[in-house]
Amino acid sequence: MSAASAPPVARRAASAPGRADAGRSGSLTGWTTLLRFVLRRDRVRIPVWTASVALLFAYAAVALDTLYPTAADRQLRATLVSSPAGIMLSGPGYGLEDYTLGAMIANEMALTVMVAVAIMSVLLVMRHTRAEEETGRSELVRAGVVGRHAPATAAFVAAVVANVAIAAATGVVLVATGLAAVDSFALGAAVGVTGLVFAAVAVVTSQVTEHARGASGLALAVLGVAFLLRAVGDVQEQHGSWLSWLSPIGWAQQVRAFVDLRWWPLGLSLALTVVLLVLGAVLAGRRDLGAGLVPPRAGVPDAAPSLASPVALAWRQQRASLLAWAVGVGVTALACGTFVDSVGGVVAENPDLAAFLGDPTDLVDAFVAVMTVFLALAVGGFALGSALRARAEETAGRLEPVLATSVSRGRWLAGQLAVTGGGAVVLLVVSALGLWLGALSVGEGAVGLGGYLGAAFAYLPAVAVLVGVSVLAIGWRPAWAALGWALFAWAFVVGMFGALLDLPGWANGISPYWHVPQLPGAAVEAGPLVGLSLVAAALLALGFVGFRRRDVPVG
Amino acid sequence: MTSTGTTPAVEIHDLRKAFGSVQALDGLDLTVRTGEVAGFLGPNGAGKSTTIRVLLGLLRADSGSARLLGADPWADAVALHRRLAYVPGDVNLWPNLTGGEAIDLLTRLRGPADPARKKLLLERFELDPTKKARTYSKGNRQKVALVAAFASDVELLLLDEPTSGLDPLMESVFTQCVREVTAEGRSVLLSSHILAEVEKLCDTVTIVRAGRTVQSGTLAELRHLTRSSVTAVTGRDPSGVAALPGVHDLVVESTGDGPRARFDVDNDEIEPVLRAVTDLGLRSVSVTPPSLEELFLRHYGDELALLDGEATL
Repeated sequence: MSAASAPPVARRAASAPGRADAGRSGSLTGWTTLLRFVLRRDRVRIPVWTASVALLFAYAAVALDTLYPTAADRQLRATLVSSPAGIMLSGPGYGLEDYTLGAMIANEMALTVMVAVAIMSVLLVMRHTRAEEETGRSELVRAGVVGRHAPATAAFVAAVVANVAIAAATGVVLVATGLAAVDSFALGAAVGVTGLVFAAVAVVTSQVTEHARGASGLALAVLGVAFLLRAVGDVQEQHGSWLSWLSPIGWAQQVRAFVDLRWWPLGLSLALTVVLLVLGAVLAGRRDLGAGLVPPRAGVPDAAPSLASPVALAWRQQRASLLAWAVGVGVTALACGTFVDSVGGVVAENPDLAAFLGDPTDLVDAFVAVMTVFLALAVGGFALGSALRARAEETAGRLEPVLATSVSRGRWLAGQLAVTGGGAVVLLVVSALGLWLGALSVGEGAVGLGGYLGAAFAYLPAVAVLVGVSVLAIGWRPAWAALGWALFAWAFVVGMFGALLDLPGWANGISPYWHVPQLPGAAVEAGPLVGLSLVAAALLALGFVGFRRRDVPVG
Repeated sequence: MTSTGTTPAVEIHDLRKAFGSVQALDGLDLTVRTGEVAGFLGPNGAGKSTTIRVLLGLLRADSGSARLLGADPWADAVALHRRLAYVPGDVNLWPNLTGGEAIDLLTRLRGPADPARKKLLLERFELDPTKKARTYSKGNRQKVALVAAFASDVELLLLDEPTSGLDPLMESVFTQCVREVTAEGRSVLLSSHILAEVEKLCDTVTIVRAGRTVQSGTLAELRHLTRSSVTAVTGRDPSGVAALPGVHDLVVESTGDGPRARFDVDNDEIEPVLRAVTDLGLRSVSVTPPSLEELFLRHYGDELALLDGEATL
């Protein structure tokens, strides 16, 4: 450096604001700058999430009001959601005896939104903490005047910003539809605070493993447990048993918005958030940058003889994730299966419901059909995530060295998708087995294993369409590869709320799942299944053609 | 090793490739003859990696011709890749595979693997193959790719800035490995912006800039086209030398022994200039051939001037 540039450097050092008080502010130094950076990076994501949640509430309020205009209509609906499956997918059932629109929204819509907001919060925190460490970018940041806890603090505060925005938007939208103001904002707060709890969970799990993927999985597993505890607790007892009170989702639902409002359960959520943040800070103080609390083990010096093909590589990359999915889907299916017998019981006690749904055998069929859609959506989520790994391999720069060997592009992509397809088949079998064993364990054998398998495998072409959309994008316009998730999200909305939202036929028809016959009750129709299979085959074939022609990495 | 006789290992003519509005390759020529180490020299962004990706059939050129081992790199990619190995400049590995597994995978995907060769190379590069790839530094990831490449029995090595993360000790191991490879009659294309490396290893050099070949030839040929640096202490005032044809940048300083002249001279004018200097009563003289550094400076002088001596050149 020439002498001329020295004075400005010296002046800057003297006037640098961080230097004088660096000792005092210590481990949090720089978090406000990082917060602005985090918000800058998520400037699209956070508003999109907020708007999506607000729109969902607005649409649900309007649709439910249109669908169930009278008190009598709403009471019928209340009977329906009193079935075990209904309770699992809704709430503790406050206000069922006088089912108002507000009570309906709090009981039935809030759960889905809370789960979605929890997932958003986990991913938001992980994106700015462990993922940054894993890529080595935080090394660069932490080498600056930045405290040890500053990145996690910035990420958590960004989650606070996002959740406050969602809470406020929820309140505003519900008030706008004519609901009571205090209860509307209480429900919004319940949603937002649930997001905060899981943001804090993510702060803790991000300390444990070296990988963002593993840390996110751990946090989402906590979410799954919270979901199950609440579901089982609420089924055990109306308004929730002690199990429900072990779940942050349960606390948020115990606010009893639009029925008999109480705020204090949210205090439990906030207290847990604080405890988790302290735990996260303690754990963070005990580890090195980039390291996890679980140290990595030494591996093998030579690859197994089988690791010699693209499909073997893809399997090696995804087997752990597939195992986790299989356990998750299996446990959920088993739990759902054990409720099959109570469906008949509920109908026997409730002539209204029987009149609404028909005789008990049909009811079991209908219940199995609903559970199967739910599980098949989960399988679709796995398949999509698995297929998109092909894109991730390319962006991470790991595709080039493989294509520089004597592996053709088609063979490589086929290897990736073989694991996707095989994994989807395994998960469908697991979900059918789980339902069947669950039902058998409570002595309900009306539907045989074949029936469950048939119902599950009817969704395979729909799953293939989801994958096909992503493969088409990967082949021609890789930047749009995540388009599959948009279709998946739509399939989820239609699958879970299709009947509730009363959407027009074409809107339902966009979801590949909507075309699948609702087995075992419905008649087996070959038409839609063949149609979906053809669409999937065409999408995949086109995707392969594009992938063989384009530049790698794409220019 | 099968030699393809007179067919060059790599032959590129007037290659063009645009990414949107950016013209990455703009009429690039490159030849690698069988059995030689060809240096591929240029600053970052000159199009070196793009060229190598075209040779690997990863990118499709817009126009121009590229032949690799006598075949079309796009159409015959899979068959060609059995005969070549590639080391990318930025090596990315599968985080949950160990280094040893990654090496085995990459060599097996190319063809039959040779465990003995792998073991030997691991020792030479001092690489621990039991560590998961995510724990490797840049240098160690590069070693994984280098071991996988050198362990393969191939005709051509495409090395894209392969030593950017290696320490000097490992660089010398790399140099030895390249020399062994050429001793077996195989060809190497070595892209680099490290001039000393190219000077040490390469038989021919192609210098590229902004997607275009600006100069190519053997090191001797390139030097012939250029200047030598002369420092001479003379008895009489050497200022008149500046007027001679081929003399550039004359600086005269006085020393205890007499005036010292420093200048560059075009190599084809060196004889008359040295004669004139001798006539001034020569007391000492040194003539240094141009290093690649100087060649480089000449081609990128305008850019380097902006850096104002900050460059490590």
